[in-house]
Amino acid sequence: MRVLSWLLGILFLTMIVTWILLSPPLSFLIRCFYIILLCGILCLYRILKGPTAADRAVAIDTLGVLIVGFCAILSLSTGRSWYLDIAIAWALQSFIGVLALTKFLEGRSFDE
Amino acid sequence: MSEIVKFLHYSGYGFIVLGVIFDFFGCLGLIRLPDLYNRLQAATKCVTMGTCSIMFGVLLITGFSPQGMKALFVIIFLILTAPTSAHALARAAHIAGVRLWEKSVCDYYREDKVLNPPEPKAGEVLPTSHPKDEE
Repeated sequence: MRVLSWLLGILFLTMIVTWILLSPPLSFLIRCFYIILLCGILCLYRILKGPTAADRAVAIDTLGVLIVGFCAILSLSTGRSWYLDIAIAWALQSFIGVLALTKFLEGRSFDE
Repeated sequence: MSEIVKFLHYSGYGFIVLGVIFDFFGCLGLIRLPDLYNRLQAATKCVTMGTCSIMFGVLLITGFSPQGMKALFVIIFLILTAPTSAHALARAAHIAGVRLWEKSVCDYYREDKVLNPPEPKAGEVLPTSHPKDEE
């Protein structure tokens, strides 16, 4: 059963990545964009399924760093530099949010 | 377009491809590995490196424009903060009682806390340990 689910996951990911890389009418940056969207969906799977709260916190941290790269590729493909402002603000907020989550996991109050 | 600018463009796109590949394998490790600490290692290192690589590609492509300077700022900020948040997460998970994988070999932090607790100084109150640590 474990081998079956493993093979199914490999097949599924390979199909999606092959479709992203080989579908003809897309430009280069849009393909990178879709692969980062796929990574975000994998993080969402870990957030839904994670056995403990700390797993979900790790996935949220990873998702925040992914979205920063996502904004960089958006700013290149559209030529608008204010997407990088969003990236800076997102990195700050994600860092502070993860530190607050760790305080909560340790069982201390927020101003300690 | 001169030769140097063309070379910087192509190397910038190469850095973006490298960063996307690192991001993808980091997220694959996030869903595949068996334990919180293994997942934390795969996800945090790979994804931070991948995002910094994408930002360096943006810096190489756009040069010393406002966009490039913002990308440089994001690189410095990510390199400073991502290991900090990963360390805080690992420590908080260990204190909250998340178990290691059953095939893990050693756990030095638990040995230090349970077998050799630190001496309390005068007037200092040690934080109360989690009840799972006394098993």
